[in-house]
Amino acid sequence: MTDATFSDPAAARQSVPPARAGGLRLPLQWLGVAPFFIFALMFLIFPTFYLVVGAFQNDQGEFTLANIASLLQPSILAAYWISIRVSLASAVLGALAGLAISIAIVRGGLPRWVRSATMTFSGVASNFAGVPLAFAFLATLGRLGLVTVLLRTWFDINIYGLGFNILSFAGLTLTYLFFQIPLMVVIITPAIDGLKKEWGEAAATLGATQVQFWRMVVIPVLWPSFLGTVILLFANAFGAIATAYALTGSSLNIVPILLYAQIRGDVLHNPHLGYALAFGMIFITGLANVFYIWFRTRSERWLK
Amino acid sequence: MKPSRFWAWLTFALGAAYFFIPLIATFEFSLRMRRGEYSFDAYRVVFGDVRFQETFAYSTIIACFTIVIGVLLVVPTAYWIRLRMPQIRPVVEFITLLPLIIPAIVIVFGYIRMYGSNSPLPFLATTRGTDVLLMIGYATLALPYMYRAVDTGLRTIDVRTLTEAAQVHGAGWTTIIVRIILPNVLIAVLSGAFLTFAIVIGEFTMASLLNRPAFGPYLQNIGANRAYEPAALAVISFAITWGCMSVIQVLARFAPKSANNPN
Repeated sequence: MTDATFSDPAAARQSVPPARAGGLRLPLQWLGVAPFFIFALMFLIFPTFYLVVGAFQNDQGEFTLANIASLLQPSILAAYWISIRVSLASAVLGALAGLAISIAIVRGGLPRWVRSATMTFSGVASNFAGVPLAFAFLATLGRLGLVTVLLRTWFDINIYGLGFNILSFAGLTLTYLFFQIPLMVVIITPAIDGLKKEWGEAAATLGATQVQFWRMVVIPVLWPSFLGTVILLFANAFGAIATAYALTGSSLNIVPILLYAQIRGDVLHNPHLGYALAFGMIFITGLANVFYIWFRTRSERWLK
Repeated sequence: MKPSRFWAWLTFALGAAYFFIPLIATFEFSLRMRRGEYSFDAYRVVFGDVRFQETFAYSTIIACFTIVIGVLLVVPTAYWIRLRMPQIRPVVEFITLLPLIIPAIVIVFGYIRMYGSNSPLPFLATTRGTDVLLMIGYATLALPYMYRAVDTGLRTIDVRTLTEAAQVHGAGWTTIIVRIILPNVLIAVLSGAFLTFAIVIGEFTMASLLNRPAFGPYLQNIGANRAYEPAALAVISFAITWGCMSVIQVLARFAPKSANNPN
């Protein structure tokens, strides 16, 4: 791979004088991007394709829909359902909280350092995921976590007695928010910056109240980027495994953890069902991203 | 203006509380190893652990090779597309976004099935081959960030003029990319490199499923078996992420801001 990357542009050197190369120009030009496409095919597209094809085959290699149909068994459906719920809840809550923070730092009249500090911190926190994040929340809201203990000793509130558990839907959602909110702040702040001052002045000149301005200008303009980002956050949470695995072991049966167990030890006793499980994940995140691309093209019209 | 500022401060304070309480709690927890008093014992145990040193060194090496693969893959491609093939830019951009759509666990599952010991390309037959496959997998994960960073860097230089000037002086493509383009986008490349490092250093899924002794699986293992060390490791990991992002911020200050390239 390493050598090919540099030698191929060199091979394309003959294409330099465009006038002389004539009809040969196009294929030689492609040599320059060949390493990239070979890499993408070998290590991104073919492996995924292999699983997708496997999802529609039986052991003899014949076409079948049986694997997809067996995804509908209750235990697997439950796994998909809890994954979708956690991803959706953390995406929507994360997007709303992130939007509120972005609006506060851009248009709230706060000092400049607040904005730059928030942006810097968001860059860090949106990349602070995986196993260490699970440790942080166990130390905070686990049975011996600081917040759990302080609530019990200071206010006599036993959150575990009230039914809270960090190893649950609510606990996992709360943990995921730690990277979802900052990601929203990072993505949406430029969109809020894009709200032009002139629009507010124009609306005010035409006699609009502040509420009307928000309802009829700001929300419609931000809506596509907001929805698009919610979808991105959804896909982000849906594929995440490390945090959940370190937090809950395998006690919370979300799809990536089920797939992880399947890859390690064929717990479903059917390799092709594993492929189908992977296909289901790609299908859901892929569908989400189709919407994302669609919303993004709509939002770019206004925020150039 | 007054009420709006109040709500802004309140929102900011609530957000700050949500983000700082877990960090403070984790730090406090990591100091509690010695009964009855605060100490840095947990950190001493962690840093003294041979497996910590080994797995961290392993992940650091893997991260460095991942960055090299990423740069070799992305810089010539992004350059060539800017120079010669702007028409295929949407296709390439779409491919670089695919790792955000296809979860890492699915990609590595595909690798395990496609590159097993009795396949035409048996990466997984040897330890060295598995290491290479892990680096490739990480390069794939980092592709969206690396490509965007480099492409943004290329936007600020006049690729065409630089290339023609170099060609007039008789430079070949390798010379142009290594000695003209790369130094000009070095800051962008470094930003991408540090982001790659932050992603790779604690990655769990791929390393664990390929059975390599990386830092991520080590973290998971400690988390399942120890009480105070995980909190110390979380603080260390946060510091590493913070360090990488700070470097990127500092680098951004040196990056050329104006786009003198009309296209």
